[in-house]
Amino acid sequence: MMSREFTQYYEQGTSLWQDAWIRLRKNRLAVIGGMLLIIITLLCLLAPVVSPYGYEQQDLVLGAAKPSLHHWLGTDVFGRDLFTRILYGGRISLMVGMIATLVALIIGVTWGAIAGYAGGRIDALMMRFVDIVYALPFMIFVVLLMVVFGRNLLLLFIVIGGVEWLTMARIVRSQVQGLKQLEFIEAAVSLGLSNWNIIRRHLIPNAIGPVIVYTTLTIPSVMLLEAFISFLGLGIQPPQSSWGSLIADGVDTMEEFPWLLIFPGLMLSLSLFALNFLGDGLRDALDVRTSKD
Amino acid sequence: MPLLEVNHLSVSFHTRHGVVKAVNNISFSLEPGQTLGIVGESGSGKSVCCYALLGLLPSPPARIDSGSALFSDTNLLNCSESELRLIRGNKIAMIFQDPMTSLNPFMRIGEQMIEPLMYHRKISHRDARAHAIALLEEVGIRNPTYTIDSYPHEFSGGMRQRVMIAMALIAEPQLLIADEPTTALDVTVQRQILELINELRRKHNLAVIFISHDLGVIADIADQVLVMKAGYKVEQGSVHSLFTNPSDGYTKQLLAAIPRGSKSVPDRSTDSTLLQVQNLTTRFKLYDRGQRNEFIAVDNVGFSLYRGEVLGLVGESGSGKSTLGRSLLNLIPPSSGSIVFDGDQIVGKNSNQMKPWRRRMQMIFQDPYASLNPRMTIYDTLAEPLILHGLASKQSVEMQVLKLMDDVGLARAYIRKYPHEFSGGQRQRIAIGRAIATKPEFVIADEPVSALDVTIQKQILELLLFLVERHNLSMLFISHDLAVVRFLCDRIMVMQHGRIVETAATETMWSSPHHDYTRKLLSSTASPLILNQ
Repeated sequence: MMSREFTQYYEQGTSLWQDAWIRLRKNRLAVIGGMLLIIITLLCLLAPVVSPYGYEQQDLVLGAAKPSLHHWLGTDVFGRDLFTRILYGGRISLMVGMIATLVALIIGVTWGAIAGYAGGRIDALMMRFVDIVYALPFMIFVVLLMVVFGRNLLLLFIVIGGVEWLTMARIVRSQVQGLKQLEFIEAAVSLGLSNWNIIRRHLIPNAIGPVIVYTTLTIPSVMLLEAFISFLGLGIQPPQSSWGSLIADGVDTMEEFPWLLIFPGLMLSLSLFALNFLGDGLRDALDVRTSKD
Repeated sequence: MPLLEVNHLSVSFHTRHGVVKAVNNISFSLEPGQTLGIVGESGSGKSVCCYALLGLLPSPPARIDSGSALFSDTNLLNCSESELRLIRGNKIAMIFQDPMTSLNPFMRIGEQMIEPLMYHRKISHRDARAHAIALLEEVGIRNPTYTIDSYPHEFSGGMRQRVMIAMALIAEPQLLIADEPTTALDVTVQRQILELINELRRKHNLAVIFISHDLGVIADIADQVLVMKAGYKVEQGSVHSLFTNPSDGYTKQLLAAIPRGSKSVPDRSTDSTLLQVQNLTTRFKLYDRGQRNEFIAVDNVGFSLYRGEVLGLVGESGSGKSTLGRSLLNLIPPSSGSIVFDGDQIVGKNSNQMKPWRRRMQMIFQDPYASLNPRMTIYDTLAEPLILHGLASKQSVEMQVLKLMDDVGLARAYIRKYPHEFSGGQRQRIAIGRAIATKPEFVIADEPVSALDVTIQKQILELLLFLVERHNLSMLFISHDLAVVRFLCDRIMVMQHGRIVETAATETMWSSPHHDYTRKLLSSTASPLILNQ
């Protein structure tokens, strides 16, 4: 705790994070990507406010209608408003993207940091486990789980997270192995800090840069994975929708009602682009080599 | 007529933070067979100056603002890239600090030499090979007929620098630019490389530009010296007049910063022993082509350290001095032997059992850029040991951190700043502050000043001396630099191949070294021009 009377005289330093933030703001593509993501997320969250229709509200008389003033992006074969369904679908898609990535992040960072810091036999054991899971054919794994436990949103998170953490663990491990050689870690040992505190206070904060970048690149790949699983009919169940399941439906009626494929596809691509631009921007901003100029 | 004549050279860097003038109005000239030493601290523009001549500066951000550089009637600054390429490596050759960066690690030395030899001298492969062997022999590589087929990593640092010099000689250049070629080398090896460059200069009538931060090296090799600071010329003249009669304040300051003389050693006969080391051995397991092997880094070492004493540990790289230091703190657990610290056996304690001793034994590291956590402010860095060992309450931490900062000479206003906002010297002060935060009785300083500029080096040494006296610290001071050790230490141990070969009081060792190796070290260190000041 800093006492008040002193604080005003201190010069405020700029941390590496603040430096990175300043660099990121100068990257126009990354800023646009970030804004776009925020807008998309807000739209999806505020779906009931933005749209007058419910996502399962059918108008069988109308059927599949072209985009119009009443239904901006048209309706599907049951007369459900496509714009509304895309927004509600975005909730699921974004949630899967975030939560599954978070799961991957927590497991991967902890696993990788422990393996990298411990080294030797523990490291070998932990990383061979990662290799084994890597070697499992992912789709069979997913199909099996879905068949055994039934289709379940929670299971979807776990399955996707349980696959994506592997790469995260490898990244963190190699980061930690490099950092471990630095003298400030030795200094922390010679101060008598416990292993857990060294990992928590000294290793992870310094390894986190590439992890954040990889995270922004994982979210799109997770969303794609969910879309793929839903496309196969193993993911989201109707009347709920995700971008993946909307695209899957759109493909069936591609020739008669192309907008049912085009708009969900466009939305997914737009979010993926935004995330990728943001990720690239973060990578450049957090790169230590660029921070020295 | 001079071989190279540089007039009013100015170079600036245009970055997004503004324009930095790296070199300002520098002029010098160089005759064949002469050596010009350019000396200055980091950021003085000494390297930029020479890189600009060869068109080796990245542009942008670098821009040559004005000046001319006449090299046998060609203005280098007006040459196109293709004209420069003909001159570089042909008439002007360069050697660098780290030879590994300019050697291809995947090619045998021979292949790397033969190809340019064939190209430059228009000779057959067989002749080129014979010539390469002759060149390697000339630069002092033993058994060149065999070693020519080795890969770069099979050579030691000094040998690699010799290979680099041999490669620089391939095109029979008229000018050799050497950028800190001996900085990464041990003192005895440095001496040999300097002698080699001198010998080649005489034999081939080479002009040499020798860039260095080390006045001792410059004193040995240069005829003319150019002293630079922040891009400006400070002083220029013959090496003799500069060292015996410097006119500028900065030059005087540089010369004064070279540690010389020794400290007065108080009588220690009544002091008690703090640290008693016996038969200490540290081995590393090696796996070489499936074979289990052992490397003995510290071999049966014994010594004792009194309270309040500064003990120097001197040796070249690979002698095991850093491993010894880390073994004493159990950072690298010793394989056998005994370390008794204030009556307690340290060897064999695990990390939990070590914790109470960690407070009492601390370490200062060599590289101030690697020894501080870049994500932590000074406050966090200095408060961590205090809180960890329960030496400060939540309320008093800040006051204690501020006091520590006063102790090591850091302005209080910097408490919220991060390491990357400081210079190397300031960072080292933070690292020293962290080491003395827990009020230890014993501190190991592992080459704490070797990464710093000379003037900063002097300040840090004085700070250490001050802290030793004020807190009655015992210190093991590890260094490769005998002058620094003499300035700071009461006694000196010399280490070679993991063994302590000689231990003596500083002045005794200086005046009458016993062991051959100590004598060799001493003779490599002292430059007469500097010692006779």
